[in-house]
Amino acid sequence: MIQQADFLDDIITAISTPIGSGGIGIVRLSGKGCVSLADTLFQGRKKLSDKPSHTISYGHIRDPKTGEIIDEVLVSVMLAPHTYTKEDIVEINCHGGMLVTKRVLQAVLDAGARHAESGEFTKRAFLNGRLDLTQAEAVIDLIHAKTEVSRQGAVDQLEGRLKTKVREMRNDVLDMIASIEAVIDYPEHDVEAETYQSMEQKSVALKEKMETLLSHADRGKILREGLQTVIVGKPNVGKSSLLNWFLEEERAIVTDIPGTTRDTVEEYINLDGIPMKIVDTAGIRETGDIVERMGVEKSKAYAKQADLILMMLDGSRPLDEEDKEILAFIKGMPALVLLNKSDLAQELSLTELTDYLPKGQILPISVKCSTGFDALIAAVKEMFFKGEAATAEDTLLGNIRHKNALLRAKEAMERCLVTIRTRMPEDFISMDLQEANDALGEITGDVANEEIIDRIFTKFCLGK
Amino acid sequence: MYEAETIDIAVIGGGHAGCEAALAAARLGKKTILFAISLDSIAMMPCNPSIGGSSKGHLVREIDALGGEMGKNIDKTYIQTKMLNTGKGPAVYSLRAQADKTRYHEEMKHTLENTPNLQIKQAEIAEIFMEDNHVAGVVTTSGALYRCQAAVLCMGTYMKGRCLTGDNITESGPNNLMPATKLSQNLLDMGIRLFRFKTGTPARMNKNSLDFSKMSPQYGDEEIVPFSFTNSSEEIKREQALCWLTYTNEKTHEIIRANLHRSPLYGGLIEGTGPRYCPSIEDKVVRFADKTRHQLFVEPEGENTEEMYIQGMSSSLPEDVQIAMYRTVPGLEHCEITRFAYAIEYDCIDATQLKLSLEFQDYPGLFSAGQFNGSSGYEEAAAQGLMGGINAVRYLDKKEPIILRRSDGYIGVLIDDLISKGSKEPYRMMTSRAEFRLLLRQDNADQRLTPLGYEIGLVSKERYDALREKERLTAEEIQRVQSTTITPAQKTQELLEKYGSTPIKSGVKLSDLMKRPELDYIKLAELDENRPMLPLAVQEQVNIQIKYEGYIGQQMKQVEQFQKLENRILPEDMDYETIQGLRLEARQKLNAIRPHSIGHASRITGVSPADISVLLIYLEQRKRG
Repeated sequence: MIQQADFLDDIITAISTPIGSGGIGIVRLSGKGCVSLADTLFQGRKKLSDKPSHTISYGHIRDPKTGEIIDEVLVSVMLAPHTYTKEDIVEINCHGGMLVTKRVLQAVLDAGARHAESGEFTKRAFLNGRLDLTQAEAVIDLIHAKTEVSRQGAVDQLEGRLKTKVREMRNDVLDMIASIEAVIDYPEHDVEAETYQSMEQKSVALKEKMETLLSHADRGKILREGLQTVIVGKPNVGKSSLLNWFLEEERAIVTDIPGTTRDTVEEYINLDGIPMKIVDTAGIRETGDIVERMGVEKSKAYAKQADLILMMLDGSRPLDEEDKEILAFIKGMPALVLLNKSDLAQELSLTELTDYLPKGQILPISVKCSTGFDALIAAVKEMFFKGEAATAEDTLLGNIRHKNALLRAKEAMERCLVTIRTRMPEDFISMDLQEANDALGEITGDVANEEIIDRIFTKFCLGK
Repeated sequence: MYEAETIDIAVIGGGHAGCEAALAAARLGKKTILFAISLDSIAMMPCNPSIGGSSKGHLVREIDALGGEMGKNIDKTYIQTKMLNTGKGPAVYSLRAQADKTRYHEEMKHTLENTPNLQIKQAEIAEIFMEDNHVAGVVTTSGALYRCQAAVLCMGTYMKGRCLTGDNITESGPNNLMPATKLSQNLLDMGIRLFRFKTGTPARMNKNSLDFSKMSPQYGDEEIVPFSFTNSSEEIKREQALCWLTYTNEKTHEIIRANLHRSPLYGGLIEGTGPRYCPSIEDKVVRFADKTRHQLFVEPEGENTEEMYIQGMSSSLPEDVQIAMYRTVPGLEHCEITRFAYAIEYDCIDATQLKLSLEFQDYPGLFSAGQFNGSSGYEEAAAQGLMGGINAVRYLDKKEPIILRRSDGYIGVLIDDLISKGSKEPYRMMTSRAEFRLLLRQDNADQRLTPLGYEIGLVSKERYDALREKERLTAEEIQRVQSTTITPAQKTQELLEKYGSTPIKSGVKLSDLMKRPELDYIKLAELDENRPMLPLAVQEQVNIQIKYEGYIGQQMKQVEQFQKLENRILPEDMDYETIQGLRLEARQKLNAIRPHSIGHASRITGVSPADISVLLIYLEQRKRG
């Protein structure tokens, strides 16, 4: 299918304020019909379409699916031609921070807008005669900016991993299409047609894979919303002191009695540029104490969801059964073990520890003396920016365009399942699959047509 | 050289492309000559004895809808016909007919002979005569100059043709006909880029030497659907011939494997690029080594001949190996080969040198169509021939060329693919190449293209009016069906039960019932008391348009998006080298192909979305500057 989504006069949208800074986030829409689109989400005293041009309205943005209010907003309506793009423009000023602004954006996308390409508002402004000719070059630079940026750095790494995953899915979709198309284009060849059951099974599996990836995307964050980090360890090894070091203020209660920090404490910090959301848990420990038991269960649950686990051990004491139990629990998870109290004489045997995790993930530290933190920061960066972190899917779908493409692929697979279950002819199944394939192709950057034909002739022996 | 005659349009080649080009040109009032090396090879079918098949059947129907000849000619000469893929959706139903090859040739030749403004002439063209870089005539090998204003190249596989059977190589066109040896050099001298392609054909055998008791018979359809919209099934109904199915086996494959070194393909004698679409049996055995058998269809070449065509077993192995391998096949044990299988190599052009009108970018008045453009298949050739002929006429009349879009028909897909991608191997039409397949059905080719054929002048007023009437009846009936309610009466439930459909609880629109997969317009006739008597073609349209309404609507939306980009026309004089911001690869590709529209540009391999944005900006700059 032809990649054409980028050049239409449809409604485009994007967050037009810099990501991650400032209290107000603006979601901008441009294109014919964007005012009525905004009306489907907006709740105020008057409909936006009834307002005169260049006015601001107060109201709320509601999630049309759940009816839930997402944010309290101010919405500017500016009608063509006296706008930046010379098209109708709506700007939604959100107040609830980045996460909320993103949810508003998502609602706008769900309502049928398309996520703007980098520089696209400016491109339209130019194409519609708004900008001076001398600015054309600047627009071209903007268009290229995206590709230039993604060529370097961590973004590219994450994208690479996402693409690998999506390519696998696409591969399965292509195989299914090829099987159907081979039979259609060579009706009298003894190519065995795939059964509806088998196609159904494959489609269900694919849809589930997409859903898994998407569900991770909803938690999706790392760079944008913070690395979900959990501090674990048996009681009284210095977990809360670590958190406090991070926070540089005394918020959690720190005592010498084991189990004082009953519940979890969540804090946002900025560790040398890496946004982190840190959870301090009650000590993970098998215990009969009901209150503490709850804390322990919660810790385990947090640890399971975390992007990063920081396990505290007391280096001045040998490993005991409790430590080993926690170590066993976090084995295989993205974890760093911090050997606290490195200022004291070390009793803990390193060889015993390396049974659980590689040496590179063990760091001596002293919260009390503030030593070992540079190495910790370096280790976190190493894990998350050199692709070593095992957080798998969570990080992959940061890009909202990718997420939307995947969502469309999933929806196509849902339609495909209906087509299969109602026993429509195979060529209709192929239509849905091709839509899924096109959507996935937007993520991987591959175009379908020749691929399908290549696949047909690689898989099947056909021809007169 | 002597001055022979002055005409309007010269068509070079008398194959399926040449015939359509010449007929279109002459019918549109241009004085036309069709030149062929041998007039006995006009509309010859040197390979399979059939017309149509998946997606190719669509092409034939589109040719017919535009006023071309192929559909009518096969309706006159078919000996078996079949609608393929009927178990699938209506978009992929495909008509295929076995032809009586000799009669196909005779009928077509006769049609050409009786067409006003058209002459056919046995001659080989050696040179395109150019003046001021415009076509001014064609020159035969005997030195006759025919002055003309446009020429359509339809040389098929004749250009420097070379046939190979093992190490036996003959300089020849298909079927041992004389090759065209001079024109290639002339084109090269003009600066036209040529490729070398390869294809092949299986052996023919005497029917009397075959044992059909070891094969299974393949029958034609009882209900006959004509290729031409102008024919009815009663008019063309006749007795049908049988085809037969048999299989190769391990023994066949052993012989092939043991002799691979004697194949010119594997021995390195063949330099041309072969099609994946019709691989030789050697290819099949090598590439699909785990397959223990390959199917073969044994098909008659005509009614007045005993020769049978062995579909599925084309080869370029030496004769002795061919005899041995064919004789391992059940039913072919005692076969007498009348013509051996061979591979053929030939010159063709890099089609990216053409515009979508099939005219060369750099040589006004010079058009090119058919297998010479790198396609494969009679139907693909005929479709291009028709468009080449039409556009040569429009060139003379100084009218805008007729360009079919990918959303208009398979012909549009075919030409767009050839011109924007350039083929690396002979290009075969496939339904999977058409992104708007559900709209481009063989049943509605007339609705899609006959109005255009009428506008061009190839379709009569009567035919056009008949189409309008069909459309009117269809629209009325759709409206009636949509407003008809079926009640949950006893009779209704019984009928639903009969087709395994869930009973209804309250009144349901007839159109909604039709959408159930197990039901359709015909099946529900009994419940539809006020149903008018309608022609079958109308009933079919009503059924398809209602039954698949949702999917059709979805696809129409896609087409709407698609059109926006197609409507942004790129000026012909753009110099892409000078456009700031285009990547190097894009500049080169765009300058070579010179796309017709932004949409066209976006399909060129090597042109990225960012390049397209740059083009849009450049266009705007140009407009304002």
